[in-house]
Amino acid sequence: MYIKGYKLPAMSSLLIWGLLWEIVGQLGLTFFVPPLSEVFVTLFNIIGTPAFLKALSETAQAFLAGVFFSVAIGIPVGILMGRSRLLDELLLPWVNIFVSAPLTALVPVLMVLFGFGLKSIIITTTLFGIWIIILNTRAGVRQINRSLVEMASSFGASPLDAFLKVYFWAALPEILGGVRIGVIRAVKGVIIGQLLISIVGFGALFELYATNFLMSHFWAVLIVLFALAFSISEFLRYLENKVSYYAASR
Amino acid sequence: MKHRSLYIKILSALLVFGAWEIAGRIPISYAFPTFLESMSALARMTFDGSIFVAYAETLKPLVLGVAISTVFGIGLGLWIGLSERFEWLFSPIFIVMQAAPLAALIPLLVMAYGIGLTSKVFVVCIMAMPVIVLSTSSAVRNTPASMKEMAQSFLAKDYQVVLKVVIPAASPVIFSGLRLGVSAGFIGAILSELKITPTGVGDIITYSRSIADYPSMYAAIFSIILLAVLFLNLLEKIENTLFKGNDRGYVTD
Amino acid sequence: MVMSQTDAAFSNAEPIEQDVAVSVRGVSKNYGAVEALKDMSLEFPRGQLTSLLGPSGCGKTTLLKIIAGLLKPDTGEITVNGKAVVGPGPNRAFVFQDFALLPWANVMRNVAFGLELRGVAKSEREDKAAKYINDVGLQGFEKAYPHELSGGMRQRVGLARALSVDAKVLLLDEPFSAVDEQTRRKFQEDLLALVANENKTFIFVTHSIEEAVYVSDQIAILLPRPSRVSEIIRPSSFRLKGAENIRRDPEYLDIVDEIWASLRDYVE
Repeated sequence: MYIKGYKLPAMSSLLIWGLLWEIVGQLGLTFFVPPLSEVFVTLFNIIGTPAFLKALSETAQAFLAGVFFSVAIGIPVGILMGRSRLLDELLLPWVNIFVSAPLTALVPVLMVLFGFGLKSIIITTTLFGIWIIILNTRAGVRQINRSLVEMASSFGASPLDAFLKVYFWAALPEILGGVRIGVIRAVKGVIIGQLLISIVGFGALFELYATNFLMSHFWAVLIVLFALAFSISEFLRYLENKVSYYAASR
Repeated sequence: MKHRSLYIKILSALLVFGAWEIAGRIPISYAFPTFLESMSALARMTFDGSIFVAYAETLKPLVLGVAISTVFGIGLGLWIGLSERFEWLFSPIFIVMQAAPLAALIPLLVMAYGIGLTSKVFVVCIMAMPVIVLSTSSAVRNTPASMKEMAQSFLAKDYQVVLKVVIPAASPVIFSGLRLGVSAGFIGAILSELKITPTGVGDIITYSRSIADYPSMYAAIFSIILLAVLFLNLLEKIENTLFKGNDRGYVTD
Repeated sequence: MVMSQTDAAFSNAEPIEQDVAVSVRGVSKNYGAVEALKDMSLEFPRGQLTSLLGPSGCGKTTLLKIIAGLLKPDTGEITVNGKAVVGPGPNRAFVFQDFALLPWANVMRNVAFGLELRGVAKSEREDKAAKYINDVGLQGFEKAYPHELSGGMRQRVGLARALSVDAKVLLLDEPFSAVDEQTRRKFQEDLLALVANENKTFIFVTHSIEEAVYVSDQIAILLPRPSRVSEIIRPSSFRLKGAENIRRDPEYLDIVDEIWASLRDYVE
């Protein structure tokens, strides 16, 4: 959007929404929306407190472990599926099912099998993130230009060399795209896990603040969480754009 | 091997369900029933009709929420896609919503709207809406420029460009956005039944867990995943027949 | 003898006494800091085919879209039959490089689309479209969808659509660049017949020198940075000798060489 030929930054309209929020809060229209300024004051007050830091580290731990497993299992499985027809045909129906299935329904199973602790939350996070990573990696490997494969073998590349120097890089834009969506889903998974399995981390803070009517605390933590999630997703998009220049010209 | 892919699908299903059966027979956990036990529980619930009663309850917030998200999501998406000003104003909200774990809002929704249907419909909406809005707006925005120029050069009025070119060109992507929205709506519906109040299928899951009737619990979970997958596959089939060749036949292919 | 023919071709360019269908006067167009067109003036004689030929970045497509009314010039004026262009109009029809067919519509609806937008009744516009589908050789494909057609057939649909609105000026933006060489030759021959039979003015953008010389009554060579018309060539003798003789006519060969000599420095 342009004003007098000057291009407004993409997310700048959030300022207007923030202003609207402040006005609604100041007018006291609803108990659930305290003024944004009050939320920010609360935010700075709680951000260094042990309770907040504990929630942050508990969430980060489960999230990072979940993302690690999604990536470490998802990418190799996706590459294998892209290279082997039999494996692809055996696994693809299941991957397609789980990528769009309501995974929240599986959480109670995880609870009875793995207990009400960190382990279940990590598995939930992994389940949310992994399938799209597998699918995208598979798609990336399958669309590698045939002549690129033939080029590698015509210059006598060993299978390992061809894999490390050609296939991985050729599929990288799709792989990163999958990781980005997988990570966004993992963020959702970790919060859903914390809400359903055991009341720890940010999930616990939300419950605590909501039941004690601490609205500005609730919104403060929500803003932090949304900001973190958004920054992670934008950072991965930035990485993706760095390699997408050759995605277009393959 | 004419039916190779079908055979492999059957083999794949046999492998997975077989592994489930064996793992249940060992058993790997007291809470892990065999495949056959779970299926007989599902059959029992089907014959005594309790599963249908449960789904009638579960589908209420889901259908309502998805319907609301569809109408408002496509409307907003068209608006955002067509107007640069509204894109600037609204799209950041949906971009953030898309990236953010909106499940965190559930405690607040329960505070504001209680534990009834309203809250559950809200949960389905916040899950389903962002992807519908964003797919619609980007589909509208990505209408091939030369198709719009073509319509303009043949003297189309603005509303004709939108009705005869932009919306038909965008509809495949809008439809697949709807499919993703339905998928997210299922997640929201189950989440709200497990988190807010156990009703419908969520009630079967929660109740049978509390009395350690694990076959029924697994059966209920199996059925909801099956339902979601079948419905999403149906949508995909419809999409493929409806928009056959739409993404091709353009520029060079 | 050979030289004098070419000289004749170049000197003939000077006095244009024909009836002018489209004229471009002092047109400039900037994209931010980039000068796409600078003070360009050009005239297009009625009933003839004029090519806009030049290296990429010389603004030939920009000029065509300005004539079509799809882009607005920053300065200058376009007139078609003496009337100033303020936007797309019924006196011009556009043929697109990427065909711009509606993938969800069959050949009949695509060809009739221009008439549909003008509110012509269904039976009437389909009668008209059927005639032009015949004319471009697509009879039997009325119910086919674009993805079922080859590239060449798709462009015939685009051509039929442009013909069906009965505009006096046809604007063709590299119409044959996305079709294969043999189909392209057939198109070029058909285009010559079209220019001869229809009383229309054709403005034809191309980057192929041979194509421009083969089909044109007049060739405007455009050069980039800043964009300008560097010369106008009017082939004199070979146009009347029949389509099959053009490619071995000495004048044809000389003009092709001449144009290449003046363009080669601008090709990166």
